[in-house]
Amino acid sequence: MTIRIAVLAKQVPDPEIPPSQFNIDESAKSIIPPNGVPPVVNGFDLNAVEGALQLRDSGAEVEISIISVGAEFVMDVMKKTLAMGADRLILVDDHNLDKIDAAATVKILSAAINKDGPFDLIIGGRQASDWDQAHVIIGLAEALKLPLVSLVQKLQINEYGISLHRVVPDGYQVINSKMPAVLTITNELGEPRYPNLRGIMQASKKIPDVLSLADLGLSAEDLVPKLELSKLYVPESNRQVEIVNGDDDADSGKKLALRMREEKLI
Amino acid sequence: MTSVLLIGECDQNGEITQATLQAITAAMGLDDPRITAVFPGRPPELAKRLPIDSIVIASEVTDSDDGIFEQATADISSLLLAKKPDVILLSKSDLGSIVGARLAFRADIAFVPDCLEISNSKGQLTVIRPVYGGSALAEFIVPSYPAVVTLRPGSYYPADEDGAPSIDSIEFQNVEPSALVVDTVAEVREGIRLEEAKVVVSGGRGLGGPEPFSVLENIADELGGAVGASRAACDAGWIDHSHQVGLTGKSVSPDVYIAVGISGASQHMAGCSSSRAIVAINTDPDSNIFREARFGVVGDWENVLPSFLDAVRELKA
Ligand SMILES: Cc1cc2nc3c(=O)[nH]c(=O)nc-3n(C[C@H](O)[C@H](O)[C@H](O)COP(=O)(O)OP(=O)(O)OC[C@H]3O[C@@H](n4cnc5c(N)ncnc54)[C@H](O)[C@@H]3O)c2cc1C
Ligand SMILES: Nc1ncnc2c1ncn2[C@@H]1O[C@H](COP(=O)(O)O)[C@@H](O)[C@H]1O
Repeated sequence: MTIRIAVLAKQVPDPEIPPSQFNIDESAKSIIPPNGVPPVVNGFDLNAVEGALQLRDSGAEVEISIISVGAEFVMDVMKKTLAMGADRLILVDDHNLDKIDAAATVKILSAAINKDGPFDLIIGGRQASDWDQAHVIIGLAEALKLPLVSLVQKLQINEYGISLHRVVPDGYQVINSKMPAVLTITNELGEPRYPNLRGIMQASKKIPDVLSLADLGLSAEDLVPKLELSKLYVPESNRQVEIVNGDDDADSGKKLALRMREEKLI
Repeated sequence: MTSVLLIGECDQNGEITQATLQAITAAMGLDDPRITAVFPGRPPELAKRLPIDSIVIASEVTDSDDGIFEQATADISSLLLAKKPDVILLSKSDLGSIVGARLAFRADIAFVPDCLEISNSKGQLTVIRPVYGGSALAEFIVPSYPAVVTLRPGSYYPADEDGAPSIDSIEFQNVEPSALVVDTVAEVREGIRLEEAKVVVSGGRGLGGPEPFSVLENIADELGGAVGASRAACDAGWIDHSHQVGLTGKSVSPDVYIAVGISGASQHMAGCSSSRAIVAINTDPDSNIFREARFGVVGDWENVLPSFLDAVRELKA
């Protein structure tokens, strides 16, 4: 029996942009990606794809559908998930869907899941690196009324359904859940695999399903935000560093200890 | 008047967490606050001295730590209906992050996680939170009550324990868990907990491997501190992930944070920028960490750290 998995993946600005190149348009309340730096699939979402692929590697028969909500998708970027080994790519692409809040995102994702479902597993990243909300998937579990296990670093099909290792502050918990279930995946699961040539070739031939809000029976009125973004700005840092300079590195180390002592830091 | 429902937490020793005491300070800054606290599970004795108006005690004690916090969510959801608070305040802990989001979506109300500031003095609830890993700050207005807010640890000073709240009793309904925790595997750690340490010595990718972490441990031992790490060092497997400091790791605010071979990415700084002083050791003078540090050495840790440790020992002797 095929296990149907939906992996929710978001296109985000590259989070590794160096701080010196991070710019904001304060009047538009949005960031200005540096020229020529393409967006990426949110890192934790690639961990989620990796998690789904590991279930396949372990011998389970799985079908992996990627679902993404946004605007101005870069096809080569989103197709990375297919090149890694996912089977289908569903893009909900409509005006301004890159600017909606978590509540609206949950509505659209649950509509897309209901349209294409049922799924046995619904998997997302622990958080998206643009707004760092870390709650879209939790909200989705509430909307779908399914069990939720967050911060998963290991997953395995077992006789109860699925066995999960969930990261906690000082270790991990082993959790058994029935399926269907909703999971968030954390980077502790391990590096997402690199697509191989065959994967890239296959992905290039696949055509994503592109849906509009209307295709999901939704309209802009359904997406009234619960929060209003009033300002977006780069924080000012007024810290002044004192570089401790010795004759050589070893001397600098010694002088550092002395300076820290003078300042009663140690 | 602002009615606040505050979700308190205790650490493994049964003591009220610093983050909870900080959340009380945040609540006290709201317009004419009336603060009710609930501690999922059983409230500690000390809670009876918190500077708040009332405490809710569950007459039927339920186990909240089911790993997915379904009981805590159900308990607090029923309090939400009973008390009709304007603001539900939690700390950005494991429990706070999950219960906060679950509550908000269950009740179809606003949720704002990981906030640095909360105020409603101008008649409107306004919060400030870091976004884009901390590269930017966003101010949000929440147009209507109630709203659920979690606070980043270290954003407020902890409140003193000098009040006398009234005590309310309530009965909660047990919920059937949908997933079961069958085992908990804790990383055994000796010494001072990272979150509470006055000195944190952290290592990053620049250390080049697992062995140098023992040098950091020696320094931490000497200074009575704990060892932290960047995500890059944890992902490389050089040290357990429970040492990770940052946006998706632990939030620390020690007196001194020593960053060795760490570039100071915004997502790392998100977990340590409220430290009193940051000290950086890095070979690259242009690395971002020097923009956040009070003291810095531009140099190779391999040469800097041994003499630093010797000097620390001498100063102590
Ligand atoms: C959503 C998201 C969440 C994240 N959460 C976290 C988090 O919680 N915590 C976290 O840390 N990161 C987090 N990151 C990752 C973060 O963006 C950085 O990639 C990471 O912090 C880099 O780690 P680093 O500074 O150790 O490595 P690098 O950036 O590679 O820096 C290594 C530094 O070592 C210096 N160096 C090299 N050799 C030496 C030497 N011999 N002596 C001294 N210095 C030397 C180099 O000059 C360089 O500055 C997150 C990223 C994302 C996208
Ligand atoms: N627009 C989106 N499209 C698809 N998945 C999303 C979207 N937004 C959030 N997610 C999923 O929800 C997770 C948490 O996002 P967030 O709550 O925004 O931090 C992400 O890692 C994704 O798996």
